[in-house]
Amino acid sequence: MTRDSQHITLIEPMELLGKVEEFRKQGYRLVQIHCTKGDGTYEINYSFDLDYEMRTLRVVTDGKTEIPSISGMYWGAFIYENEMHDLFGIRVAGMNIDYGGNLIRTARKFPFSQPAFRGEGPCPGE
Amino acid sequence: MPRRIVVPFGPQHPVLPEPIHLDLVLRDEYVEDAIPSIGYVHRGLETLVSKREYPEFVYIAERTCGICSFIHGMTYCMAVENLVDCDVPERALFLRTIWSEYSRLHSHLLWLGLFADALGFENLFMSCWKLRESVLDVLEETTGGRVIQGSCKVGGVRRDIPGETLERMRAGLDAIEREAGEIADVFLRDESILSRTRGVGTLSRDEAYTLGAVGPTARASGVGIDLRKTGYAAYGKLSFSPVVETAGDCHARCAVRVKELFTSIDLIRQAIAKIPDGPIEDKPKKNPEGDSFARAEQPRGELVHYVKGNGTRHLVRSRIRTPTLTNIPPLVKMLRGCNLADVPVIVLSIDPCIGCAER
Repeated sequence: MTRDSQHITLIEPMELLGKVEEFRKQGYRLVQIHCTKGDGTYEINYSFDLDYEMRTLRVVTDGKTEIPSISGMYWGAFIYENEMHDLFGIRVAGMNIDYGGNLIRTARKFPFSQPAFRGEGPCPGE
Repeated sequence: MPRRIVVPFGPQHPVLPEPIHLDLVLRDEYVEDAIPSIGYVHRGLETLVSKREYPEFVYIAERTCGICSFIHGMTYCMAVENLVDCDVPERALFLRTIWSEYSRLHSHLLWLGLFADALGFENLFMSCWKLRESVLDVLEETTGGRVIQGSCKVGGVRRDIPGETLERMRAGLDAIEREAGEIADVFLRDESILSRTRGVGTLSRDEAYTLGAVGPTARASGVGIDLRKTGYAAYGKLSFSPVVETAGDCHARCAVRVKELFTSIDLIRQAIAKIPDGPIEDKPKKNPEGDSFARAEQPRGELVHYVKGNGTRHLVRSRIRTPTLTNIPPLVKMLRGCNLADVPVIVLSIDPCIGCAER
């Protein structure tokens, strides 16, 4: 079985735009951006692909610091950046299309960084 | 004097198979901008990964989508298998490939039926779904489930397909191919279909690449990305070429899916001919620790599963990047400047699976 190579590079938030620009110049396409919640921190992974070789840049943030948008280089990044904002409350500066928290319209307002499970939490009023 | 109005389109609309919402900014009859929003069927499936042991989450991963469920389960398993130190046996890889391609057949036939329905071609819709039934019958016979198969597991597969059943499947493919040929003729040549789809919702090659289009949406614009070429499962042992069209319009996206029916039939024939004997699973030797990505080619395009483990039987995080989510920016581009009457056809042409996209 051919397995995807796991090329993950940890970078500082201030390095993000420069590294992404390097990928863009080399012709990489944006595969995805996603956020993962850790203990008090958030990992944001930016994955790019060229000739079926995937590379991932990882930024670790406290969730309060603004992250620069890469939508100026990859126009379609707005969908992931808005999603990241709506699901995890990550603030992204300079998005080309900013939904202001309205991409994912749900009855329970974002962010979902502290999920509650029906039947598994304390009962209301207790 | 032109008037600008905003028309809310969806999430419930007779022509939409799944609930996406679009605010269409119109200038008379023409769409100036389309602003999508999702959330109507958000279920928080990714978060459930921390509440279920990693072998059980296969069932939840499969339920991400009611159409390409098997490939979701398989891709999740591939991501976990990177972390648990197990070698999936060859026979299991071939079985995964066979079920993946039957899933693609069933998904494409479902979409072709819906597309015909959106164009008002009801008897073509019924022909597609009638043929889809024969594909679902095979999935039901070999896995026990028509849509949710539950046959993939971390380390291999749960069920084998006996030799005589494989032979019957191979014979059945001839009938499927013959009927698919008749349907393909209509989609590729019928004048009423051509007039509704040619030159509509055009996406250039550069736009498809830079906007991150995947699957038939990208291949219809000349971007030949097909993750099966990476050789996951048994694809590395089978020969095929991705179907690529260059017009980038709704008809090209339809043509890619029509032609992929025959690619899938051919891949299943090759897999049945080459499937080796042997075991169908390997036991994981440890709990998942670390993080891992896995990618596969769904009927709608590139699917990414990410998992993160901490050495226990509960994963810390799962992330599913579905092809529909990444095809939304290209959809926004396609809709700009189109006629209002063409919106349903253009939206359908990316084969939107909103249940997948919202997870």
